[in-house]
Parts: sequence; structure tokens; C-alpha cells
Amino acid sequence: MDSLRKKIDKIKPNFMEGGRFAKLRSVFEGFESFLFVSDKVTFRGSHIRDSIDLKRTMTVVIIALLPAFLFGAYNIGLQHFRSIGTDPGLVQMFLFGFLKMLPLVIVSYGVGLGIEFIAAQIRGHEINEGFLVSGLLIPLVMPVDVPLWMLALATAFAVILGKEIFGGTGMNIFNPALLARAFLFFSYPAWMSGDKVWIEGLVKGENIIDGFSGATPLAMLAQGEASEMPSFMDMFIGTIPGSIGETSTLAILIGAVILIATGIGSWKIIISTFAGGLAMGLLLNVFAANDFMELPAYYHMVLGGFAFGAVFMATDPVSGAQTETGKWIYGFLIGILSILIRVLNPAYPEGVMLAILLMNVFAPLIDYYVVRSSIKRRLKRAETAFKNQVK
Amino acid sequence: MSNQEKEPIFSAKNLKLLTAPLGKDNPITMQVLGICSALAVTVKLKPALIMALSVIAVIAISNVIISVMRKYIPDRIRIIVQLVVIASLVILVDQILKAYAFEVSKQLSVFVGLIITNCIIMGRLEAFALANKPWPSFIDGLGNGAGYGIILLLVAFFRELLGSGTVYGYPVMEKLGLYSAGYENNGMMILPPMALIVVGLMIWFQRSRDKSLIEKN
Repeated sequence: MDSLRKKIDKIKPNFMEGGRFAKLRSVFEGFESFLFVSDKVTFRGSHIRDSIDLKRTMTVVIIALLPAFLFGAYNIGLQHFRSIGTDPGLVQMFLFGFLKMLPLVIVSYGVGLGIEFIAAQIRGHEINEGFLVSGLLIPLVMPVDVPLWMLALATAFAVILGKEIFGGTGMNIFNPALLARAFLFFSYPAWMSGDKVWIEGLVKGENIIDGFSGATPLAMLAQGEASEMPSFMDMFIGTIPGSIGETSTLAILIGAVILIATGIGSWKIIISTFAGGLAMGLLLNVFAANDFMELPAYYHMVLGGFAFGAVFMATDPVSGAQTETGKWIYGFLIGILSILIRVLNPAYPEGVMLAILLMNVFAPLIDYYVVRSSIKRRLKRAETAFKNQVK
Repeated sequence: MSNQEKEPIFSAKNLKLLTAPLGKDNPITMQVLGICSALAVTVKLKPALIMALSVIAVIAISNVIISVMRKYIPDRIRIIVQLVVIASLVILVDQILKAYAFEVSKQLSVFVGLIITNCIIMGRLEAFALANKPWPSFIDGLGNGAGYGIILLLVAFFRELLGSGTVYGYPVMEKLGLYSAGYENNGMMILPPMALIVVGLMIWFQRSRDKSLIEKN
């Protein structure tokens, strides 16, 4: 460790003001603080510095994402070998899926971090760690067969238009990962929906066994084939076709526990999102006009990207609501809208993405009114206290 | 008065009326007017071109007409008078399009009629034609119409190229052999939101080239 520290200190002057590589200062700073905790101290006033900085936060989210990531890799293999009717064993499946995922992850990080680095140099800012999580979230919400150039384009779109023009990490209105998915969904719908893209190899259609369908449970429901849907347990464990990271509600719940235990994800948002989804599901059950509406409300929790969205997307501290009451409202509305779009609008098979993006826009408004109402309440309290004193 | 009449037809002042709206004073990117039609008719270049020409015609002629009448229009009903002039011209344009370019006029559908509500035209009548002589008004109309048209064509160029893979109907992407290399048209380019983003990017580009355009607040 010491020798590394010394080496860094030795090359440091090159990157400071007036040094040979002064332009690359923020790159250097980024790597230095990646390796060592910053030793900067504050000069004015009293500050309490905690070690839980942006880097630590992001690392915890990455750890929380790992179960979904690992299961996603396994599930890619499982679905692929199911489609060609062989069973090479768990390790083989996992490795197959892992190798399929690797390019997606590399492209997403490469493009996103590349843009972040360039933007930081242009602005003279420090490089933020904001993309560490987005870069892993983006491949997890994609179908496995998405072409890499589309992924690169969507990542660039999300980072530049969703984040950098608003001022970079911490300033974005929308969740960048969802923006990338929404961009692909509207730009190349053939690659983002249907019953082929979710399973590796199905688009090419080689060696596929007869009668194999790669339709997601949601697509089956939307087409009125509810009877062909996999069992609740299968959908909970996640051995179903779908976007890479979202199939396993179990793995996502493990991630949720990590997020809540460390206090990084807001349990209020997670719980209220699920509550909103359940409420809307129950309400639709009352009408029960078709198979989809009759579906027991708790099924909605394990279907599609609902759990993934609730745990990893809605809790994004930047684009979500900030006030405590606001978090309840924000999450609840996401839940309601997700199920509403999913069931009632046949054009959009999955409503979670659109619901969260929509509520991202409304989050500042919710916060505004929460703050206003608490100001009003306190003013009133102060007034009555004042009157009582006067008496 | 007499020295004003001697002013040459293309004096520096008049030329500026023509060129300012093309860049620094562009009605779409700087004044953010006429956005609705910029979103609606820019899926392909051809309708955008026809639309641009129609707007140039309407704005230039109505500017001249209002400028000629400017001393006789009672102030309280000037908006109605302006509307009558614009509406008559728009109906003329619509009929001409129907007679000579029926296919395009069908594509443009209601948006030709909606030129009446194009804020740029009303804005120019109010801000310029009511206070200036016919010739400068005509030039001002041409300039603003062209400024609108240029943005329309630029947006349509990118949307058609990336959304449909063609330029003015010519299949560029196919000739380049990009489809066989796995390229696909971007479906979002055809949707109106992308037009808004393209216009936004143009505004961004223009302001980062010329920092004096950035408002201070």
C-alpha cells in the first residue's frame, strides 16, 4: 500500500495546476480517490465528515445488484439451453450467460464512463461515481439479444441528454438507466419487445426445439394466454424469459434487504411502491373485465420489471422524491401507474419504466407541496402557541 | 422624410433584417416561436420544404399588406384585421397546394390551415409591420420565414435520415449498405418528442458557439 501511495505522490505534481498533464487533473483525481480515501480537510466552520461518501454509496448499490446480476447470468444460460432442449448443468449455464452478459456490461461502462470522463475534463469538474451504478443497471434492464451498437447509442443518449446537460451526477431529472431503456424501447421496438429477444439465440432461430416460446409471462397475459403462464413460484425464483436482471424477484429482494439494512435505498419508497401496485391490482380485480384484470394482485409483484423497478430504479436518490412524506406519495403513485399502464394499455407491455420516468418528473412538485404544507402547519402551530402566550 | 426615401433597397439595415433571423435572431431557436409546426411537419424533408415555402409566402405577403394598411387600422381591432389578412393568405396557399401538390398537401393536412396560428407571423405583424414601411416589412417577412424554414429543413433532414434512412426520398442508408451491416432506422426519430430534442440540441449548439446569446438571469 505504502509504495503505491508513494508512487501516486510522485506523479501528482504533473497533474496539478501548471503541471504537464494539468488538463487531465480530474482523471488523476478520479483514480487517486478510487484507490485512497480523500485526505482533504475543511477549513471553515465545523463539519462532521463521514466515510459514507458517493463512492461508498455506489459500491453498496453494486453489491445489492450482484444477486440479480448473478441470477441473470444463470438465467440467460438456462433459457438458452432450454430453447435448444439440452441441460449441460448449472456451471455451464452460468458461464454461458456470464459470457453473453460481459460484452453488454463492457459496452455500457465503456461508453458511459468515456462520456463522463470527457465531460469532466471539459467542465474542469471532478469525475463522479454516479455512472458506476447506472452502468450496471443498463445491461440488467436489457433483453440479452440487444445489439451492442444499440446499447452504446442508448447509453450515450442517456448520459448526455439525461445527465450531462442537466449538470452531471446529482442533477439529472430522470433515472439514466431507465432513460436508456426508454430510448431503445421507442427507437427499436422490435428489439425490445416481442417473444424472441429475451432468449439468446432465438432471433437466429437455430436448433430451437418445436413449440418453444420465448414469450414473457406479461406478453402471454397481454395476448390472453394466461393459462400458459409459468407458476407463481417459477416467476418468484425467476426461471422465466425477461430482461436480464429483472426476472428473479427473490434475487431482487436480497438486494432490497442490503439496500434497506445499509440505509442507502429508501424503504419508504420500496414499500409504498409495492403497496401502490397491490392496491391497483386489487382495484382491477374488482372490475375483472378480462384475464389480465382478474389476475390475483400479488402476481403483479413478481411479473415483469415491477420488483426491479421498485427496488433499484424508484429508490434512485437523485431523481426520486426527497422529503419523507413525498417518498410515500412518490412510491405509491409509481405502483399505481405501473399496474395501470401494464394492464390497461396493450401498446406498452411493461408499465414500470414509464411510470417511474413519469414520477421522476413529478418528484420535485411533490416535494414542493410537502414542504409548503409543513411550513403552513408549523406556522399555524406557532401562531396558536403565540396566542396562548398572549392570553 | 426625404432622406429616408433615398435609402437604397438593400441598405445595411435592410440586409440585417434579412440575415438576423437566419442566425442570431432565429424565430425558432432564439425566440422559441412556431415550435408546434416544427414538431409536426418535420418527419420528412419534402413536406417540411413545402411548409417552409408556404410560411415564407404567407409571412412576407401579410407583412406587406399590414404595413400598407398600418395607418388605417384602428388600434383596438388590429388583431382581428391581422387575422383576416393571414387567414385569407393561408386559404390561398392551401388551395394552390391542393391544385398543384396534392400529395404533399394531404401529408401536411391540417398544418397548412394551422399556419394561421403560427406565432411567428402574428409576432412579425405586431412587432414589425405595424410600425414599418412595406419594403422593410417585406424583407423582414422573408428573413423570418427563411429563418423558420432553415430550422425546419435541418430538423427534417436529421429526422428523415435517422428515422427513415432517406434524404428527400433518396435511400441513402440503403445505398451505403448499412442495413446489411445490422443498422436499423431509429423509430423514435419519427415521433414528435425527438423533434423537440433535435431542436433543443440545435439551440444548445447555437448558444455554445455564440456565448453572447446565453441569457443572464
